[in-house]
Amino acid sequence: MPVALMVPCYIDMFNPHVGIATLELLERLGVDVVYPKEQTCCGQPMANSGCYEEARATEEHCARVFGSFDCVVTPSGSCTHHIRNKFTAGRDSPVKQSLVRNTYDLVEFLHDVLKIREFPWARFEHKVALHTSCSAIRGLNMASMSERVHDPVFSKPRALLSGVSGIEFVEFERVDECCGFGGTFAVTEEAVSAKMGYDKLALMQKAAPHCIVSSDMSCLMHLQACAHRQKQDIPFFHLAEVLNGVSL
Amino acid sequence: MNSTQALSKNTILDAVRGNQPVAQPMPTIPHFHTNKPADLVATFCESIARMAGVVVTKDVPDLDSFLRVKFPDARVVCSAIPEYAGTIKPASLNHWSEASAIDVCILRSPMGVAETGSILLSDVELQVNTIAFLAHDLVVLLDPKQIVSNIHDAYEHPYFKLRPYSVLMTGPSGSGDIGAIVVHPAQAAKTLTVLLSPAPNTGKRTG
Amino acid sequence: MSSPVDQAKNAEKFLADTVHEQRLDKLLWAMRMRRDAAARQVPEWEELRTLASGIKEHTLSKLSDYLTQFEARATANGVIVHWARDAHEHNQIVYDLLAQQGANTLVKSKSMLTEECELRPFLERRGVRVTETDLGERIQQLDDQPPGHIIGPSIHKTNKDVAVLFSQKYGSDPNNEDTAYLAGVMRENTRPDFLHAPAGMTGANFVVAETGAIVVATNEGNADLSAHTPPLHICSVGIEKIIPTTESLAVFIRLLARSATGDTITQYTSTFRGPRKGAAMHVILVDNGRSARLSMKRFWHSLKCIRCAACMNTCPVYRRSGGLSYGSTYMGPIGIIMMPTFEIRKYRELPFASTLNGSCTNVCPVKIDIHEQIYGWREVMEENHQIQVVKKEAMRVADKVLSHPALYQIATATLSSALEVLPHFAVYNRLNAWGEHRDVPEAARETFHEWYRTHRPKKNEAVKRG
Repeated sequence: MPVALMVPCYIDMFNPHVGIATLELLERLGVDVVYPKEQTCCGQPMANSGCYEEARATEEHCARVFGSFDCVVTPSGSCTHHIRNKFTAGRDSPVKQSLVRNTYDLVEFLHDVLKIREFPWARFEHKVALHTSCSAIRGLNMASMSERVHDPVFSKPRALLSGVSGIEFVEFERVDECCGFGGTFAVTEEAVSAKMGYDKLALMQKAAPHCIVSSDMSCLMHLQACAHRQKQDIPFFHLAEVLNGVSL
Repeated sequence: MNSTQALSKNTILDAVRGNQPVAQPMPTIPHFHTNKPADLVATFCESIARMAGVVVTKDVPDLDSFLRVKFPDARVVCSAIPEYAGTIKPASLNHWSEASAIDVCILRSPMGVAETGSILLSDVELQVNTIAFLAHDLVVLLDPKQIVSNIHDAYEHPYFKLRPYSVLMTGPSGSGDIGAIVVHPAQAAKTLTVLLSPAPNTGKRTG
Repeated sequence: MSSPVDQAKNAEKFLADTVHEQRLDKLLWAMRMRRDAAARQVPEWEELRTLASGIKEHTLSKLSDYLTQFEARATANGVIVHWARDAHEHNQIVYDLLAQQGANTLVKSKSMLTEECELRPFLERRGVRVTETDLGERIQQLDDQPPGHIIGPSIHKTNKDVAVLFSQKYGSDPNNEDTAYLAGVMRENTRPDFLHAPAGMTGANFVVAETGAIVVATNEGNADLSAHTPPLHICSVGIEKIIPTTESLAVFIRLLARSATGDTITQYTSTFRGPRKGAAMHVILVDNGRSARLSMKRFWHSLKCIRCAACMNTCPVYRRSGGLSYGSTYMGPIGIIMMPTFEIRKYRELPFASTLNGSCTNVCPVKIDIHEQIYGWREVMEENHQIQVVKKEAMRVADKVLSHPALYQIATATLSSALEVLPHFAVYNRLNAWGEHRDVPEAARETFHEWYRTHRPKKNEAVKRG
């Protein structure tokens, strides 16, 4: 069964290596990956700005491109959350319904569908500060939420990364406080967004990690930009890269 | 009700009636006794201590000497309990504002709440409502057998349906408005001391 | 009609003051942690939330019946019940009651509703001297600032700020920053007002229909004093504060203080069912837009709010922006979903003062879907033409390019085009705003799309069209 790979627009443009790592990882796992070349974007930037009408054509195009696949995988919690839970700008159609039903974040696909827990080709003997996006946690239930104090603690990204030999996780405070990206928020509320990024980095740095890893590139882009501005020299990796066997 | 008020009332009620969502059922409310603490008195003491209240669990046979030791500078002691005279009684206050002269006020509460460390008071115990708020220090007698488990139990007390005023009081007055540090006192009593003491056998509690 | 509040600009100013911003963030995160610790002590916490939400939804669905029941029971208790359609009517009723009493001074405890109605300026213009008796409210009153947080109105002020303010207004020691000392200064200066006030005013946290009672929760005891000392007690309350029974009250009391401060209960949780002998008690039921909000399918759940401020404490944006940045009576997450119902144009930017992270929704004791309503308000802003033209235009262009693969691929093929045209988000507001505090990401040498074309040429790319 072919799996369609959705590469978010911002990964396509700014971080293609994450798309490449995702593709290679899925191929290593024996998945028949198809990359529909007419894909563009899921419409989230416009919809989140309140510009609903301006998201319609993009969302409908996205549904047409992917709607015939039984399984769509994307290395982005925020795009998955948008498609699964907020994909309402475009008109309803069978392909749209299919897309909404069949889209998985890469972590969900690996953890829940393929049920993989080991990545024997990968070795990462480093201390990792793991960041999980708000979309992934509260939108997709990929990890437990700190506010819900009686829920059992779990993290699907962490469970996957634990299958990489040598990896060590550092613990830091305010683990699921938002990093401040928030989509267009990053520009409309630029000062607050950057401060949230600086604060998140400071808390992570207190735990002395060697690198920062997340399954959401949008958060990482934001944190990376904050780190560079502060002349902090810490590497950032998408979870797909680590699982695929990247070295520091 | 004058005509403007009648108009306002009807306008509001008509708007509400027209706009209220489809009727949704009232949930059944459990009283959560499965998590009842084993030792209500101990839980009560822990709870009230967290709110800077003080509990004396040992029997105090002589209230008068207890008060003289604990509040050596107190001159005006208002007693709202029949078994202790104090220097004044609430009934002797000519005006509620005279309560501001009270150094220590003695009361008996008909109920304590283990979950929160609260004690119940109403206009029945207070007689003059301000005595518990204008007095500098409060001493409240509480029968440990009258400590209920949680807030659900507490709100079953008839006072809440019958009295013009009732309060669940928990520790002395405080405020965290400056720097989120709670300090005492704020506007009302500076200290609250609970004496665990069996209720005198005066018959059923008043409703 | 007021011009729109520029929350982002206000937040930026607040952030520039690192002392105040860092302190606020630290204090309120600590409150959030205290809330978590309190919730951990209650195994049935999530069940209580569900119950509270269900009770409120039921009550709001039968609000007219419960309001009528409350009026009948309260009246039978000797309370005089008034109805106010809007803020002005409310303020007039209060003034008329004071005038009848011959009262030109008033002590009052904290009531966000009275802030919403702008009662104090209304009364002061008519010669009534109002003393706020809640410490935080009083600080803000003396400083001529609105409250910055609905539980701790002056929580954004340092001890030094308060010491200086009190020395100016009360003649106390400007160098004594000790919290207990400052609370003592407040107590000394407010006690005389209590002793001589001809009228007192409170709000209410809950209104119990079955018994005709109002319930007020305070730490200081100032609501009880405001009610017990003067011969006239006026209570103002929004119509959405009604709950059916004393039994249901217990659910909310167990959630309120824990959500707000992490304590199990406030020091004084008081039920007022009727006037004391020789005194009068009045309750004013206020609509001021609440009945209209009840009809909003997507937003009426905001009426469940019990004013605990847990959403503000957890909100990472609020903690970096400060409560005053919202320019509104209610701030933070709950403010964002309530304020546009009062004035849509003035508050049109508020729904964008959010990353939609959803933490607020998780801490809300009555399970309001706050972050989802924030998202919903963004759509409403578009429907009501409250989105800036520049932004809409940029998004329109983006939509055109992103729905046409050929256009998209041409645009992304070169570095500069990609940054110019596509959802770089900067286009409509301030050019390169991203780059003010961060480095601008560099576009890759080749896009994934181009890489794939080169490295997987034989791969079947056929797209089955649906």
